[in-house]
Amino acid sequence: MQDLLLIIIGSALVNNVVLSQFLGLCPFLGVSKKVETAGGMGAAVIFVITIASCVASLIYQFILDPLGLSYLQTIVFILVIAALVQFVEMFLKKSMPALYESLGVYLPLITTNCAVLGVALNNVQYGYNVLQSTINGFGTSFGFTVSIVILAGIRENMEFNDIPESFRGMPIVLVSAGLMAIAFFGFSGVI
Amino acid sequence: MNPNPIERLTNGIIKENPTFVLMLGMCPTLAVTTSASNGAGMGLTTAAVLMFSNMLISLLRNFIPDRVRIPGYIVVIASLVTVVQFVLQAYMPSLNDSLGLYIPLIVVNCIILGRAEAFASKNGPINSFFDGLGMGLGFTIALTILGGFRELIGAGTLFGASVMPEAYEPATIFILAPGAFFVLSCLVAIQNKVKNRKPKDSSAPAPSCDHDCSTCGNGACGGKFFDLTVDDKKDNK
Repeated sequence: MQDLLLIIIGSALVNNVVLSQFLGLCPFLGVSKKVETAGGMGAAVIFVITIASCVASLIYQFILDPLGLSYLQTIVFILVIAALVQFVEMFLKKSMPALYESLGVYLPLITTNCAVLGVALNNVQYGYNVLQSTINGFGTSFGFTVSIVILAGIRENMEFNDIPESFRGMPIVLVSAGLMAIAFFGFSGVI
Repeated sequence: MNPNPIERLTNGIIKENPTFVLMLGMCPTLAVTTSASNGAGMGLTTAAVLMFSNMLISLLRNFIPDRVRIPGYIVVIASLVTVVQFVLQAYMPSLNDSLGLYIPLIVVNCIILGRAEAFASKNGPINSFFDGLGMGLGFTIALTILGGFRELIGAGTLFGASVMPEAYEPATIFILAPGAFFVLSCLVAIQNKVKNRKPKDSSAPAPSCDHDCSTCGNGACGGKFFDLTVDDKKDNK
């Protein structure tokens, strides 16, 4: 139990997926204009990464590893993730239309989110079992959601500030992200 | 437009530089540029994948049905990345160790899928090959510059050789995570400054992205998937 808790804290705060591992930067910078959309993206990411890391770990432990095919992991994982996203989308559309309405737009974008593949590959590298992988996936995506919502909040507040002309748009967002990364360094002593 | 190999090459390096102009492939850009040699290694690895994926996809473009083209491209790209990973493991184990997780993640690099979709699926294999080479070299140059800056300020060295005077106190923050954001931010700001000074470039078209990821909402990378599903929905009705 204790090690699972350590995995969650480690992946969500200490090794924050965006701010210290630089995975999933595209949506982090692209979909962080409003807190609401950032929250929607975050929820979709939590949903997909948790399921994807569970499924990828199952496939690795029960199919790829016993057959000695672990060198195929990149190809298999990316296909599984792409298929899974499509499947999740269809399933939600059919059975949970309300959730689909709120997550729908973000789901297809997640396939190219490198955090999903990154977590799946990391789980294999760390030798996590299925439960640990799922927990690690949840922690990682939770960390992603926390940071994207914070960044969106900062950007909303920055909207009316007088920013030097060259720094408008992308550069100032990157500076904010850098300052957030410094703040998240504070967690590095926790574990 | 009648593209020729040399025009493609310079287009990728200067006019549509994937990092500084199109703002694609940000994850590896920030993650591996802790030193100039890491940046160059990552850039060349990506360039190799990009050249061959462009060429293969261009050769296969008439065989892959339109509706399953994205999964098809991904399989081609993922196979190439696996091959490249084996080559690195065998011949350059130290580079392989320092790039680590980011080599398999080349699969989801927006640049590669973006070029496959925007260029290779519509053009011949030779032009596509040189388009990949140009884009790859542009990416390599950008990563090397970024890595060089960070290494110079953060560790006082360049390609591993000490270049700063003895008295220089390295600002370690620049080779840590926050430094990546700051250096990239400054480089983009400088580029904005230059662009604002000569407004003649304002009409420069960017086929896969409108210069600014913050407004395009994942145009080149996620947008394609999004389009695919939009098509699906239309067909279902």
